[in-house]
Amino acid sequence: MLVPDNLFFTKDHEWAKIEGDTATIGITDFAQGSLGNITFIDLPKIGQGLKQSGLCATVESVKAASDVYSPLSGEVVKVNEELADHPELVNKSPYESGWFAVIKINNLKEKDALMDAKKYKEYAENLSK
Amino acid sequence: MQLIFEKSRSGRLGFRLPESDVYVFESLPQKYCRKEEARLPEVSELDVVRHFSGLSRLNFSVDTNFYPLGSCTMKYNPKFMEKAASLEGFSLLHPLIPQLSGGGILAQGSLEVLYHMDKLLSEITGMAAFTMQPLAGAHGELTGVMLISAYHKANGSLKKHIIIPDSSHGTNPASAAIAGYDVIVIPTDKEGYLDVQAYKKALSKDTAAVMLTCPDTLGLFNPKIKEIADLAHSAGALMYYDGANLNAIMGKCRPGDIGFDVVHLNLHKTFGTPHGGGGPGAGPVGVSSKLVDFLPISRVMRRDDNTYFLDYQNKKTIGYVAPFYGNFLVILKAYAYILALGKEGLIEVSENAVLSANYCLSRLKDYFEVAFDKICMHECVLSASRQVKYGVHALDISKYLIDKGFHPPTIYFPLIIKEAMMIEPTETESKETLDKFIEVMIEAAKLSKKNPQALNLAPEIMPIKRLDETKAAREPDLRWKP
Amino acid sequence: MNYIPHTEKDRQEMLKVIGVKSVNELFKDIPASLRPKSFNIPQGKSEFEVMEYLMELSQRNAVSLTNFIGGGFYDHYIPAAVDALASRPEFYTAYTPYQPECSQGWLQAIYEYQTVICELTGLDISNASLYDGGTALYEAAMMAIRLTGRKKIIVDSGVSLIYRAMLYTYTSNLAIEFIETPVVHGQSCREDIYKYLDDKTAAVIVQNPNFFGAIDDFSDIVKEAHKKGALAIASVYPVSLGILKSPGETGFDVATGEGQSLGIPLSFGGPYLGFIAVKKEHMRQMPGRIVGATVDQDGKRGFVLTLQAREQHIRRERATSNICSNEALCALRALIYTCLLGKNGLKDLANLNYQKAEFAKSIFDKIPGVKVKRSSPTFNEFTVELPKNADAVASSMINKGFACGFPLGRFYKGLDNYLLVAVTEKRTKEEIVKLAESLEAELCS
Repeated sequence: MLVPDNLFFTKDHEWAKIEGDTATIGITDFAQGSLGNITFIDLPKIGQGLKQSGLCATVESVKAASDVYSPLSGEVVKVNEELADHPELVNKSPYESGWFAVIKINNLKEKDALMDAKKYKEYAENLSK
Repeated sequence: MQLIFEKSRSGRLGFRLPESDVYVFESLPQKYCRKEEARLPEVSELDVVRHFSGLSRLNFSVDTNFYPLGSCTMKYNPKFMEKAASLEGFSLLHPLIPQLSGGGILAQGSLEVLYHMDKLLSEITGMAAFTMQPLAGAHGELTGVMLISAYHKANGSLKKHIIIPDSSHGTNPASAAIAGYDVIVIPTDKEGYLDVQAYKKALSKDTAAVMLTCPDTLGLFNPKIKEIADLAHSAGALMYYDGANLNAIMGKCRPGDIGFDVVHLNLHKTFGTPHGGGGPGAGPVGVSSKLVDFLPISRVMRRDDNTYFLDYQNKKTIGYVAPFYGNFLVILKAYAYILALGKEGLIEVSENAVLSANYCLSRLKDYFEVAFDKICMHECVLSASRQVKYGVHALDISKYLIDKGFHPPTIYFPLIIKEAMMIEPTETESKETLDKFIEVMIEAAKLSKKNPQALNLAPEIMPIKRLDETKAAREPDLRWKP
Repeated sequence: MNYIPHTEKDRQEMLKVIGVKSVNELFKDIPASLRPKSFNIPQGKSEFEVMEYLMELSQRNAVSLTNFIGGGFYDHYIPAAVDALASRPEFYTAYTPYQPECSQGWLQAIYEYQTVICELTGLDISNASLYDGGTALYEAAMMAIRLTGRKKIIVDSGVSLIYRAMLYTYTSNLAIEFIETPVVHGQSCREDIYKYLDDKTAAVIVQNPNFFGAIDDFSDIVKEAHKKGALAIASVYPVSLGILKSPGETGFDVATGEGQSLGIPLSFGGPYLGFIAVKKEHMRQMPGRIVGATVDQDGKRGFVLTLQAREQHIRRERATSNICSNEALCALRALIYTCLLGKNGLKDLANLNYQKAEFAKSIFDKIPGVKVKRSSPTFNEFTVELPKNADAVASSMINKGFACGFPLGRFYKGLDNYLLVAVTEKRTKEEIVKLAESLEAELCS
């Protein structure tokens, strides 16, 4: 299970890469692994306001639909349009080309509610036991 | 097999229309006419007959294979019901005929069928009256929830949510949500029943209804069902009965006597009408007396002179849920079924359905995990969780069954049971058929240890092997293109 | 019981395996207090007796009238091959094709049906079918609401009153605002539609031909709807699509309709066939089952239920619809029917219907006191104004052997003298002339 060091994580297996006042968000390797082959991603729209832990996307696999919650509050400034034709990018590269959206962060303090890589790794490993 | 479109040859005809016997008039102005023609196939009648005969042979069906699909009640569909539905007096009648002044008299045969079905289904379920209009089970659910909503509105109380167990059919929460309610999901306890503590906590003055299947989707009859109903009523909520599993309890217990206020039935399950590859079915809805005034219009009523008429006078009605009187030919078939079986027959149906399910459960429980090891009703839920360690899943066992000529059980439902395999043998299958099925299931269990690959690779002898469902969903190809 | 094979010996053996003494023990979880208060169902009967009774009942329906009633449900001829093939038990006793390996026949048939619906409507995506034309229209309206996030819908009064009534029933709890716009001289009133059309409108719904039989070219309304970001939805009559401009050509986002006219008997109102087709971009909001093509492990083409994450068995309370079945057998009939007719046959059939109705109009024109409404072109159904109450006339015409049409006063206030007359390919010139003669005699009496 891949857990990059420089990211922050939620209990629902979303990640955020914080750079200045923006964050790139997506779902973790653990999440993509348990969902199986992802077939479609319903992404948020540019300009949409997201709340921390609020619904931000839905991921579909052949036999499931799962909600994705935003790790931080903010406004969507960019979405990964590649995913429309290539949802498999999330399976192949959840932290790189499989990113979901970039948001402009409202409140950087919300970061405190997220896990760092070490904590998340522990958390996810416990779940798979 | 080629698509019918791929068999098309320019100039071929499959049907001859009558020659026009009227003068040729000017054709329609061009601006109303289509420019791109519909590219329907050009094939002969024999091409069509061979094509569809060929396709039909690629299906498993009740007439050709044992079909223990849990929750679907795939019983044998007696042939005379089809004959009854093909009588021209029934099949040719235009639905608007009885809506003309004096037209009711032209449809007395069909109106009698509808009237009697209302009475028969009311008696079977212990309800006050039925509407025949809902066109399928899920449609019945939506109708039922709308009736509940109309009742609460008429009583000046706006309720907010509907309580549904986590073991329910997906249609229940979907119907509740589409009718405008929030859904509160109640977990199942260790015994396999609705968790009463969680239920009590969720129940409030905002609860519009509690939607239950009884026996539930785990195949169990909840002995506390009456208590659950009483609690709902004292909170001002109504009880909704999903009739998917009525085949277990005919003549043994009636939803109306338990205290259910709304009931939908699936005529294509309990009352033997064929499933038609996914429809048409019929989902009549029955109600307790306090809800009768809200039933959809029209209702079929009987006059003192024993003639029947359509009544549109229900002032509090929720309105129209179907264009006319329901899926009439399906209702007719179910009527024929009930008349043929009669009181004793219906009771025997449930007794033998329950007997067969318990027999399957008893013979299989040493080989598979059992969701709840107790007497079941008309279906039992096994799990392939014991086989998972060998890399064999419920899906693999299903595919193996297909190679052996059996339609698989319902798998991965109820969602709360891991690797679920839900077996509903129905009363119409002989002991020999059940034994053969059981033996193949046992074989599969043994094989999963010895040679799991054999299961993983199944089916091998069908026209196709396992399909790439990911590709189907990622690159949707939903129609032929030239 | 002839449908239950267990002998007494079977039962005893099975009970022994289960480890109980009697069948009653299997029902011990049902408390005595919950046993039926009554179960007064008549004794069962033999097949012969039930059939005799049902045959007698069927004869109490008058189906020998020469039928000129349509109203959205039409008396077309059904080729024998449709019945023969749809009666194959490998089709009708199967269930929803959950297991593709043993359901390829059904899955391929549905894929072919989806193709036919796309071809007829000129749109990109069809589902595996819905219950009927009314529920299909409701599903279309709900799609528009989800897609636009808006809650106002404009419905033209030319849409069947039955379907409008169904729309209102289903949405009565949902705070959706419906605005009905009038039909003037048989045509949708643009002025009113544009007055209400705004950036809060989810959809404009029209019907073609409309309930009065009138054909319209709705491209102007579609354009205006799109300008405001609303969807344009058309309810259509599939046989008419043999010649009429397809919804796709007009620019509609969604087309729905009643498929009964495609090889399905009138059957006193059901089972029928709802169809729905949409533009590609709305695919994910489609209700119900959809079949797709894919390949198996060996690369061989096969068919499977797909895009299931939209559906109730996965998404539960957040599904696009609560529907779980479809009307597969009716869809199969429509598929077989359209295949038999083929590309040219459907066109010829539509032309024949049009010609016969035009002929009937020309004959009706000659009846003193009868006015054929000619403000719009029609397909195979048209409106006539009678000098008397149309319901009373229709009622007396029954005694002369004619179901002469549907009195519009039943559904529309102020139209008591109007009759809606449908003429399909089944009506001969002779029958049309006789109807006109009888009607003339009736009006004189």
